[in-house]
Amino acid sequence: MSKATIRVPTPLRPLTGGAAEIDVEAGTVGEALQVLERRHEGVLDRVLDGEGKVRGFVNIYLGERNVRSLGGLDAPLPESGVISIVPAVAGGAR
Amino acid sequence: MTRTDTTLHAHRRAFDHSRLPPVLRLPAPVLGQLVRLARQGHPHEVCGLLVGVLGDETIRVERISRARNLAIERLADRYILDPDDFLAADLAARRDDLDIVGIWHTHPDHPALPSETDLEAAWESYTYLILSVRRDGVTDIKAWQLDEGDFVETSVEELES
Repeated sequence: MSKATIRVPTPLRPLTGGAAEIDVEAGTVGEALQVLERRHEGVLDRVLDGEGKVRGFVNIYLGERNVRSLGGLDAPLPESGVISIVPAVAGGAR
Repeated sequence: MTRTDTTLHAHRRAFDHSRLPPVLRLPAPVLGQLVRLARQGHPHEVCGLLVGVLGDETIRVERISRARNLAIERLADRYILDPDDFLAADLAARRDDLDIVGIWHTHPDHPALPSETDLEAAWESYTYLILSVRRDGVTDIKAWQLDEGDFVETSVEELES
């Protein structure tokens, strides 16, 4: 088991009681997110789809790397890691 | 200190002040930086993040970051903010006890009103600052917040700090 800090973006903080960072112990990024869900039920609905994959409008980073480039949610956590939930931001004039 | 017109444009109902502070405060140097970036970026949309403090009464912007626009096939009217740049800005913000409080982007040759595209991709809790820019400069700046699925305009104060 590794220690990780999950950084929660502002739009999801109403689901974490206002917490910006959650400390967890887990083996992989996916397991860490499941710990988050057990503590703050409902938050993962905004992050993962029904198949447990990262939603298209969210990015999950381990350190400074998108987990999509690390093999996805099965990416193992280092001894101490930071997981960031990064909302996808887009739009435009038309 | 000046305050922009607070008329509600997109949806004519009162802003629910219990959700987000109704005033976005921008120091004059930050506003000047935004105006320069918008003009330099024309005719392309440029974007970035608003970094500051979400208070009870106001959202105070301390600084902005510039982000890459990944919508390379529609740079004139779309933006996709590079998530790597979001992460970098977020990490830097939290080192300084600040937070990402919103997103800024330009509408080249279009009004500073949120489009359907803006609405589809919007997140609650962020303030969206839109700069309308033409070749000769910025013509309008408006701030918007998502409230129960609709954008509602919020006022902008320029701080002469």
